[in-house]
Amino acid sequence: MIRTFDAGYYDCIVIGAGHAGCEAALASARMGVKTLVLSINLDSIAMMPCNPSIGGTGKGHLVKEIDALGGEMGLNIDRSFLQSKMLNASKGPAVHSLRAQADKHKYHTEMKRVMENTENLTVKQAEVIALNIENSKIGGVITKTGAFYKAATVVLATGTYLSSKIFIGEAEILSGPNGLAASYELGDSLRDANIELRRFKTGTPARVDKRSLDFHKMEIQWGDKEYELFSFLNEDIPLDEMPCWLTYTNVNTHEVILGNLDKSGLFTGTIEGTGPRYCPSIETKIMRFADKERHQLFIEPEGRDTNEMYVQGMSSSMAEDVQLAFMRTIPGLENVEIMRPAYAIEYDCVDPLSLNLSLEFKNIRGLFSAGQFNGSSGYEEAAAQGIIAGINAALKVKGEPPFILDRSEAYIGVLIDDLVTKGTDEPYRMMTSRAEYRLVLRQDNADARLTEKAYNIGLVTEERYAKFMEKTQMMQQEIDRIATTNLKAEDVNPILIELGSSPVLQSMKIIDLLKRPEVFYKHLECIDITRPDTLKKDVIKQLEVTLKYEGYIKKQLQQIEKFKDLEERKLSADLDYSKIDNLRLEARQKLDDVKPLSIGQASRISGVSPSDISVLLVYLEQMRRKKDV
Amino acid sequence: MLFDTIAAISTPIGEGAIGIVRLSGPESFGIVDKIFKANVDKLDWEDRKLKYGHIYDGDHLIDEVMIVKMYAPRTYTREDIVEINCHGGAVPLREILRICLREGARLAERGEFTKRAFLNGRIDLAQAESIMDLINSKTNKGFDIAINQLEGHLSNKINMIRSELIKIMAEVEVSIDYPEEDIEEITYDALGSGLENAALQIQNLLKSSNTGKIIREGLKTVIIGKPNVGKSSLMNVLLKDSRAIVTDIPGTTRDVIEEFLSVDGIPIKLVDTAGIRETEDLVERLGVEKSKSYFNAADLVIFMLNGAEPLSPEDHMLMEKVKDKPAIVLINKSDLEQKIELESISDIFSNEQIIMTSMSNESGIQQLEDEIKRLVFGIQIDQGNQEIVSNTRHIALLEIALKHINEALNATKQSLPYDFIEVDVKEAIVQLGLVTGESVASDLMQTIFSQFCLGK
Ligand SMILES: Nc1nc2c(ncn2[C@@H]2O[C@H](COP(=O)(O)OP(=O)(O)OP(=O)(O)O)[C@@H](O)[C@H]2O)c(=O)[nH]1
Ligand SMILES: [Mg+2]
Repeated sequence: MIRTFDAGYYDCIVIGAGHAGCEAALASARMGVKTLVLSINLDSIAMMPCNPSIGGTGKGHLVKEIDALGGEMGLNIDRSFLQSKMLNASKGPAVHSLRAQADKHKYHTEMKRVMENTENLTVKQAEVIALNIENSKIGGVITKTGAFYKAATVVLATGTYLSSKIFIGEAEILSGPNGLAASYELGDSLRDANIELRRFKTGTPARVDKRSLDFHKMEIQWGDKEYELFSFLNEDIPLDEMPCWLTYTNVNTHEVILGNLDKSGLFTGTIEGTGPRYCPSIETKIMRFADKERHQLFIEPEGRDTNEMYVQGMSSSMAEDVQLAFMRTIPGLENVEIMRPAYAIEYDCVDPLSLNLSLEFKNIRGLFSAGQFNGSSGYEEAAAQGIIAGINAALKVKGEPPFILDRSEAYIGVLIDDLVTKGTDEPYRMMTSRAEYRLVLRQDNADARLTEKAYNIGLVTEERYAKFMEKTQMMQQEIDRIATTNLKAEDVNPILIELGSSPVLQSMKIIDLLKRPEVFYKHLECIDITRPDTLKKDVIKQLEVTLKYEGYIKKQLQQIEKFKDLEERKLSADLDYSKIDNLRLEARQKLDDVKPLSIGQASRISGVSPSDISVLLVYLEQMRRKKDV
Repeated sequence: MLFDTIAAISTPIGEGAIGIVRLSGPESFGIVDKIFKANVDKLDWEDRKLKYGHIYDGDHLIDEVMIVKMYAPRTYTREDIVEINCHGGAVPLREILRICLREGARLAERGEFTKRAFLNGRIDLAQAESIMDLINSKTNKGFDIAINQLEGHLSNKINMIRSELIKIMAEVEVSIDYPEEDIEEITYDALGSGLENAALQIQNLLKSSNTGKIIREGLKTVIIGKPNVGKSSLMNVLLKDSRAIVTDIPGTTRDVIEEFLSVDGIPIKLVDTAGIRETEDLVERLGVEKSKSYFNAADLVIFMLNGAEPLSPEDHMLMEKVKDKPAIVLINKSDLEQKIELESISDIFSNEQIIMTSMSNESGIQQLEDEIKRLVFGIQIDQGNQEIVSNTRHIALLEIALKHINEALNATKQSLPYDFIEVDVKEAIVQLGLVTGESVASDLMQTIFSQFCLGK
């Protein structure tokens, strides 16, 4: 052990400055807590080691929610995007999902600038090699150079850097992502603290030289002409758009891959980690879906000032020469030059069952963790956990109760509840189908769901809150207006007939017209003379959605009410399940592992049956009455 | 409000002239208002006053009833309670329960009324102990063979429909969660026909399910045995009537005879058959053939032997056939000197299944009826009618699922966005999954990833 020296005290120390670490550090600092963020390399702050985009299905929802809470991801992508697209625009409003292509370098520098200029936040380059834990309580961290920082709380956000190993064909390289230094000592310190680690795996495709591509053989992909932004704070940001390109693999590609499987780290068995099902390498795709003749590839810019292009759909762990050979069978890539080869990466992460819903470790007070280290995958998933871990670290410092979002309030709630209640045996990716109350958890109402809550804990700025209140008021005024304003039959009927909607016999309230699936605000514009000019796009959108799908939304709200009943039946963390005889053995074990906070959470643990829940309810009531006596 | 609304048959089935279906929970009044038509439409319900009228399933009259509403909190469970007093037979009780479940009640678990009484502060701690014991204790599943077979069959089918719906939903979800993958998006037409197909299968199942049939058509019970063992005599004894011709000439019954009767409220379709033997007589041979086909379709077989004779090769042959079916073995003519080899019979059948009878002095009939009841109900009546009811539950779940599929179909026809259609498809899957205790989430993910090639 090297000589250590006292390097000072912080209320909160965040280890790692990836997407989880940045949000955690910013949240805690913005809540007024003295915060230090340590990164192995300050040039990798908010680095995007995989795809050059933010958002997408489910993930876009997370970004909007992070923004509504006062996080940075939405603002930062709005500063650095190259193209923007609303996915699922043709589908229902609940699954509209925003995705933007990012200028990776800009994303990094912008985030770094924000971090460096945030009050209460200190940014330093250092590798943490050990945690200081005494009596099951975090005391601080020790860096490779011997600095001992004392701390009340620590957030682990080590991403894929913990004991990571990279695979390219037969080559095994001890390295973090993108050739960056990884951390090989911290893991031992965690194991010493009885934190069980396991190994996950993920991969990324190659980056290729733009000048070596023939774009004539590909389809150009533009984003939306009228694009939406991620942050509720932003209204208009001009854009000099950059396109993506589409091409396909073919039988020749597949032949090259199948002929060289012995040169893939995945199939030679050297990789031990569990990889995600939704993000298979190209070799896995070809093996598992042998009858598919082609797989699509998107060629995406990595930034405005670079020739590097990302080959989406081609993650691989094949040898570099094989990668080159199979890529050159693809239209437009015949002369491709690889700048960075595709690789698979294996890393240590924690079983999220060892965490509370606040993302604090159950067995170590003051230690939190977030991001890929918790078994998730994706920048947005990481950032979402980061902001919650940061908030809860700050609240802990202030001696306030934790901030927990449940499954009916946010995708963030679904994400964290899934991780810490059900656990995961592959890197976890957010999908809209994981949310049971999807119709209510929309992008357009993320602010209505979350901003007030975050304001109450001191994370949302006055500026954001004022803007939110203004929108809320505008919405209410507009509802009042359309609920009382009638349109005359003779005015509205020509429009209705044009839309194929049945005409009305007498004048009708605007609100009732808008409930018709085919009638939208824009259609009524010329006859709706009392409409205020100031009415904002997002207000209109949200109103249209709530009116048109009123019936469905109401149904879901009723379901949520039932769900809440069970969430509000609290369970104490020090309940001794082994003493409740009537619980089945498996249930006792599982309940003891997870230590759920509520009956609702208990009911989602696999291995806990409805009758176990009944037993629990009866037991709780028994205890309550014994106390009363 | 923490609790949903539960319902159960709260009197022993078939034992009294009057039976009670009880509901407890916030929706119990609402549910009853939907299915009950009072004869004199007096304005308001009075707390704890009986009201006379009829229960309807849509337009279809189910039973004449007396209903009492009890307002929370002055009730056993401290929730709104409704008691529907109807006729005591299995049919009206089950039908009324089924409709209540379909309209939104959930079948009460064992001891659940008492559990609620406790949780809502109605009963004391000592009683709570016994509830805890009850909740996780196993039901006595020893002898519910007949129903189990029916159930196994039914839940297989339900599972098949369910996995088809999951496949449909996976296609919908994949188009939502992976809009840019190179996967052909499911069309409204395809979605519609998938849903229609599922709806049709459920309708057929509801129409033809053996479980439903038992309610409507009775438990198909076939008496078989060698000629002259006393089969027709048994039929007459059970019917308390000389319906079948009885002679001492073997081969008297040459065609099957069907009759309906009720054993303590369980509807039974009893079939007397021609005694099974090799015969030259054409008419008798046809009868024998028919006996065999009835045997194959039977829900329950009553296998009759003549105790006054040693076992014949034909008896042995029949025993082999019967042993795999839900069956009761009657060793008849117990009034005569017994020559039959009991051990060879008890080698194959359990003690509960073997009953000594005599048609001459009508002995053993009570035991036979008890055994039928036990086979149908599966458990002791006083434990809460679980088995008989679980079939009712299947039917109710199917009906709810059907309702959701129809709503999804409706939405499909209006070309509503997929995420709205999916709401009802998912609910249908949830309902069907309740039969077998499956959860949607994991099955769906499994199907999505095994069926589609996705990735970055
Ligand atoms: N002693 C005695 N005689 C019985 C008993 N049961 C039936 N018998 C007589 O046995 C003869 C045959 O009875 P059935 O009821 O016609 O027999 P079965 O099995 O219907 O005969 P097939 O129709 O010919 O197959 C009649 O003479 C009955 O009176 C019994 O328990 N004891
Ligand atoms: Mg006969």
